[in-house]
Amino acid sequence: MWIVDLPPFLPFFIGAIIALLLPPKLRPVFMLLIPVWGGLNLFFTHSLSQGVNWQLMGFTLELMNVDKLSVMFGYLFHIAAFLALLFALHVKDPLQQIASLLYAGSALGAVFSGDLLSLFLFWELLALTSVWLVLARRTDRATRAAMRYLLLQVLSGVLLLAGALLHYRDTGSLSFDHIGLSSVASWLLFIAFGIKAAFPGLHTWLTDAYPEATATGTVFLSAFTTKVAIFALARCFAGTELLIYIGAAMTCFPIFYAVIENDLRKVLAYSLINQLGFMVCGIGIGTALALNGAVAHAFNDVIFKGLLFMTMGAVLHRVGHVLGSDLGGLHKTMPRTTMFCIVGAASISAFPLFSGFVSKSMVMAALIEQGHDILWLMLLFASAGVFHHAGIKIPFFAFFAHDSGLRPKEAPLNMQLAMFGAAVLCIAIGSNPQWLYQLLPWENSYVPYDLTHTLTQLQLLFFSALAFVWLNKQGMYPPELRSVNLDMEWFYRRLLPATATRVRGVVSTLWCGLRDWVMDHWHAMPQMSPSSSYSAAQLTRRMAAVLAILLLLSYLSLP
Amino acid sequence: MTSTLFTDHLAAWLVILPLLCAPVMVLLNRSKLVWLLNLVVSASCLIIALHILWDVSTGTVIHYAMGGWTPPWGIEYRIDGLNALVAVIVSAMATACAVYARKSVEQEISVHVHGLFYAAFQLCFLGLLGIALTGDIFNLFVFLEISSLASYALIAMGRNRKALNSAFHYLILGTLGATFFLIGVGLAFAATGTLNMADMALSLQDAANTPLLLTAFALIVVGVALKAAIYPLHLWLPGAYAYAPSVVSVFLAATATKVAIYVLIRCLFSVFEPDYMLDTFLPDILVVLGGVAILYGSLRAIYQEGMKKMLAYSSVAQIGYMVMGIGFLSAAGLTASLLHMFNHALMKGAMFMAVGLFVYRVNTATFDNLKGMGREMPYTFFAMVLAALSLVGVPGTVGFVSKWQLLQAALENRHWGMVMIILLGSLMAAIYVWKLIEVLYFQQPEKLRVQGVSSGSERIGRSPAGMVIALWVMALGCVYFGLDTDLSLHSAQYAVTELLQGRGN
Repeated sequence: MWIVDLPPFLPFFIGAIIALLLPPKLRPVFMLLIPVWGGLNLFFTHSLSQGVNWQLMGFTLELMNVDKLSVMFGYLFHIAAFLALLFALHVKDPLQQIASLLYAGSALGAVFSGDLLSLFLFWELLALTSVWLVLARRTDRATRAAMRYLLLQVLSGVLLLAGALLHYRDTGSLSFDHIGLSSVASWLLFIAFGIKAAFPGLHTWLTDAYPEATATGTVFLSAFTTKVAIFALARCFAGTELLIYIGAAMTCFPIFYAVIENDLRKVLAYSLINQLGFMVCGIGIGTALALNGAVAHAFNDVIFKGLLFMTMGAVLHRVGHVLGSDLGGLHKTMPRTTMFCIVGAASISAFPLFSGFVSKSMVMAALIEQGHDILWLMLLFASAGVFHHAGIKIPFFAFFAHDSGLRPKEAPLNMQLAMFGAAVLCIAIGSNPQWLYQLLPWENSYVPYDLTHTLTQLQLLFFSALAFVWLNKQGMYPPELRSVNLDMEWFYRRLLPATATRVRGVVSTLWCGLRDWVMDHWHAMPQMSPSSSYSAAQLTRRMAAVLAILLLLSYLSLP
Repeated sequence: MTSTLFTDHLAAWLVILPLLCAPVMVLLNRSKLVWLLNLVVSASCLIIALHILWDVSTGTVIHYAMGGWTPPWGIEYRIDGLNALVAVIVSAMATACAVYARKSVEQEISVHVHGLFYAAFQLCFLGLLGIALTGDIFNLFVFLEISSLASYALIAMGRNRKALNSAFHYLILGTLGATFFLIGVGLAFAATGTLNMADMALSLQDAANTPLLLTAFALIVVGVALKAAIYPLHLWLPGAYAYAPSVVSVFLAATATKVAIYVLIRCLFSVFEPDYMLDTFLPDILVVLGGVAILYGSLRAIYQEGMKKMLAYSSVAQIGYMVMGIGFLSAAGLTASLLHMFNHALMKGAMFMAVGLFVYRVNTATFDNLKGMGREMPYTFFAMVLAALSLVGVPGTVGFVSKWQLLQAALENRHWGMVMIILLGSLMAAIYVWKLIEVLYFQQPEKLRVQGVSSGSERIGRSPAGMVIALWVMALGCVYFGLDTDLSLHSAQYAVTELLQGRGN
């Protein structure tokens, strides 16, 4: 029944092939069984693991590197895959089904890889399998977003490859372990991870592609890619001080964009970056408490952000769009989805007794322990901001606000079940944090529910809520407008094409001038009768030229 | 008796078998029979070549004197790891093409010339094998001409009228290249008095760098560079590949340029001393030309409107990788080149096979007419995606293995610019491969397709099994040899060790 030393990605990859051959009716059910079996197999056999090695070009690929960190992410990804597959149970598009299985498998492969080469293997696979989930929307916008997404992801892969190669040259080792920020190689790796972790300026692929993916695809996307990057950062760059500042910036800047954004899934994408900021910050601090906080927050984020994306996915599925300006009043016909959304919103805003609270406060506590007061204030501001845009804005504009007159049906049963599962997990972890804490990789005892923490958080939340209510009543809250907001993307979606056109104009003028000049002189020379074809004559001339050059060089070398 | 006749003359059989079969095919001229004969001959050559590779991999070098005339007067077949590897690549591709050929040839070539077609195919195959095996440089020229003449004829059989034009260009330019090569060989002969490569190398060691030898060297390099379609001498390649019959595109794309690259390696490393290269700055030139070829080929590939042309330009880029590896002048670089020879044969072969299947169904390979075909032909499409991922160099495929090796070689020599170019090249490959996938899978067909509707019931609704099987074997090969590099990498490394040792002697 259980297979020891089975690399966790294998059930997903093999399952994907089998699923492709199964009749369409059986396929979703079979797919649902894969993460269940895989997760249980991991649970029962991980302590017996000897490691799995594969020889490639004289390098040893470690495909089953088991420690507490990888096992924790292993569990997390199995849970996330199960919930997302359950949410997508009604999907009949084989492209999405297969891509999502392969995508989840690649993420598992990445967290269990013990060397940089196998990490790179799964890193590329993550990009290649996930892009289909965006494409499967099959709209023009989605296709273009997918292309931009893929390019940045492949760029990250290329940087990782270059970094790994250089690292190997420098140290003679490819082990996927603490590296630290020192050499050129480590900087390349750092940027490669940074692209996937959506560092400020490198984040555009996320806010660009996630809102364009299919209703179910975004649920998968939100779970894996960025969390693998967080995992890699925690492995290689724990305690790198630069990460604290990057993390703090990541928590703050998306808030402004999230508040003015109209597409609610894009709002969630921004808040995803904001949550990643907390994790990056925790990794940067590098103490046991902070690292635990970071990975615990990653765990919770997958679930509550997944839940929020699910509720928006359900709305998208029923209504056909998620524009805040054109929604509202959905709570009348989608009461359960509304409830689940509120649970997710409470979790992301770190309400006590919800899962976000127990992990976010760990990072905050670690920050104050290390004496970063100003950064602590930034994160506090970010926490308030999260509550503002994700905690209130999402449920308010989607389900309450002004009545849009839309009366969609309640979400399909499988979606409801998936959201229910995620919501239960949010509350269970929030009220029994020790379940999560015993999985944490570093030794630490931390009690989230003491009086100061709880009170601080509650005050913060209430004042934030008050601000929202007041702004809304005064009519000063930025209205939901039907618009496309460009942030850093402006550089390559507007500035770059404009510059390129200009540059191309100049270059082509120069080139034409040069060509005319050369051709004038060329034609002035005595010439044989034109041969039967242009290309033959051209190539003959080239051969003569190459020969002449070679001969010239060789004669020059003669003594 | 027979067994010794066979085992003693194994190397000779490899050339004689196709040579004997070619006229038989013309005489038979019955499509199915000829096809079967073609398959049997190619497969037996593959088995013999594998056997030879096995023999050679124990460290022995096979010497075989043609007709009992001992070298340096007679023609000698001298087979080491490198020769055997090239022979295996060529015969494996010929076998795969033979499996693939039947239906494709039936559709694309009029039935009364099937005998001629397969005979020309065998001659081309024979020529390429001969180049790979012979140890005599004039004999090499003869085989080069045999394979070239056969391939002109093969390309000219393409259905599109432009095939004639392309074949004619290729004829003129190929002859030009061969002439350069021949003059170079003649000058070298004048200087050394021998045509046996090993012998020539020995006499060259004593000779000073006279202008005569340098001229010979330059002529040989330029001649071979044209045959190998090294940028900027690649102009004949896109037309020739694009308008040839599908099977011919597959075979030539997978083997012809590789064999020319082999000749280049052989001449540079076994025949001439490294001084000749260093004096002419050839290594640096090769590295730069390789880099330019990668960028130029990929860029042109991105802007193509037809699948065959796109793949042809991608070949120009991929040849750049091999040339760059040679230019690095190190064991790692050469290994990367040889490995890429093998890997590129696999992936480009698979890609052209997929194109052949699309052509079989839709009669054309322009993007406009292929929109959405991937959804109608999922098996072909997915096999093609596997091969396409190899072109990009995705880990787990053969392309990654070559890219990794080449990057290692580039880093070893501290060629930072080249590292950038290699990585940029794979990004550009991602773009043109992406374009292909988008057209085939995500775009909606614009107009009703004209399928073969020549006579009533003769509507082509299915892809022939033989073609699909051959394609899938190649595509799975792309993945298999990407995960298990034992065979390919070891033979390449072994060949390189011998090549560099041989030079030291």
